[in-house]
Amino acid sequence: MRTLTMTRTMVLLASVLALPALADEAQIKLKDGPGRDKVEGNCAACHSLDYIPMNSPFMSAAMWDAEVNKMIKAMGAPISDDDAKAIKEYLTKNYGL
Amino acid sequence: MITRRRLLESASAGAALATMGVPFAEAAVPGMADALPAGVRGEATLEALPGKKPLIKLAYRAPNYETPIEYFRTPITPNDAFFVRYHLSGIPESSDKSIDPKTWKAEVGGDGANGQLTLTLDDLKAMPASEVVAVNQCSGNRRGLFQPHVPGVEWGYGAMGCARWKGARLKDVLAKIGLKKEAVEIVLNGADGPAFDKTPDFIKSIPVWKAMEDTTLIAYEMNGAPIPHLNGAPARIIVPGWTGTYWMKHVVSIKAVTKPESSYWMNPAYRIPVGKFPVVAHFATQETATTTPITEMVINSLISSHANGAKVKAGSVTVGGIAWDAGYGIRGVDMSTDGGKTWMQATLGQDLGRFAFRPFSLAVPAKKGKLTVMARASNAIGQTQTSALIPNPAGYHHNVMHRVTLDVM
Repeated sequence: MRTLTMTRTMVLLASVLALPALADEAQIKLKDGPGRDKVEGNCAACHSLDYIPMNSPFMSAAMWDAEVNKMIKAMGAPISDDDAKAIKEYLTKNYGL
Repeated sequence: MITRRRLLESASAGAALATMGVPFAEAAVPGMADALPAGVRGEATLEALPGKKPLIKLAYRAPNYETPIEYFRTPITPNDAFFVRYHLSGIPESSDKSIDPKTWKAEVGGDGANGQLTLTLDDLKAMPASEVVAVNQCSGNRRGLFQPHVPGVEWGYGAMGCARWKGARLKDVLAKIGLKKEAVEIVLNGADGPAFDKTPDFIKSIPVWKAMEDTTLIAYEMNGAPIPHLNGAPARIIVPGWTGTYWMKHVVSIKAVTKPESSYWMNPAYRIPVGKFPVVAHFATQETATTTPITEMVINSLISSHANGAKVKAGSVTVGGIAWDAGYGIRGVDMSTDGGKTWMQATLGQDLGRFAFRPFSLAVPAKKGKLTVMARASNAIGQTQTSALIPNPAGYHHNVMHRVTLDVM
């Protein structure tokens, strides 16, 4: 729906959380390094973290920048400037070219 | 933000478990192409979603699971092996009233219609039923094989399937509300949505002319059974010939509109550069000077009888697979064992209709050593597959001739 109310969003989220497959998300382990906590804290709010290794290791710094910017500008992700910077650096260093 | 915090907690709990040394699944799904990014080959696992056989898990949430190649040895893909693809992770449970067959309803109307109505599943089933066997293929199927790689879900060969769909014709539903002559597009929305309310909901439109085709359906059955939860229960739109992006799952809103839909998912998403692909079916109200919406599928084929690297006995080996296009009709499949210098005509199998997978097979001589077999489909309007990838930023329309190398013993 174009204008999801928060109630509606909560219902949808509760449903998603009930999917058994979600338990397996715990198995995803990103590489250790500075910024990993920012990635886990921000990105995992909307999607599982396997999207990151899936898109590796072929992305340049510019490509990871574009991806994070897309999440903020097009997808509306509420990521602070500082976190965005840390996330871009982490992704480029650990999952970039 | 309660729910967001819950998700964050769940994610950090997961991370904590992982660092505590809880073993995690070793990846290495057999048969994943070497050309895929190393990261997806390392991360993918074979896992069964509820009601499904183990499929190749590329991403948990939003769920993206592809069908292993061995299921493409028949022209119909079983429901429990049919691929799963979502953009956004807000997926209602099957008991949720928005998609429970007993309570599901779709609102039909819009400023391009004379009237409006609410459809229940009983209403839909009371209308004249229509069936079509049709391929549902993700626009980005084989994206992972692009060189250079492009970002996105890094699909191998299995973001597709072919099923017998049964439902009411969309045009019959639209006739009930009456379209104004100013109507240009039919806008579709499903009960699923984003995890976060600032994220654009997945909304798509199709041109009125496509909506009015006899084969465009609101389907409630897939291969003789109710549509599985994660394939769009209880009703989804079927747009034969066109890529899966228009096949709205869990459809709950159908609107005729007088202005082109401008959702993120119409533009900039799901666009191909103008002039690069042989587009017959134009979506005129959405075209710009540089890009056009992806519409019909490009002609393609897949060798599915053998996995790459399979061991076979010397003498003769029967190699086969499936071919499909946008509904113009597969006319033939040629196969080559010398890298494309010479071609042999394969035998076509069961014809389930112009939108279906068409099986093909051919016995080829097999001498000891490596034997590389290629397939190239052609259709009734003279289209054939490409031998060189047509690059495009989003990684759509990969129809490079498939090849499999056998180990002849």
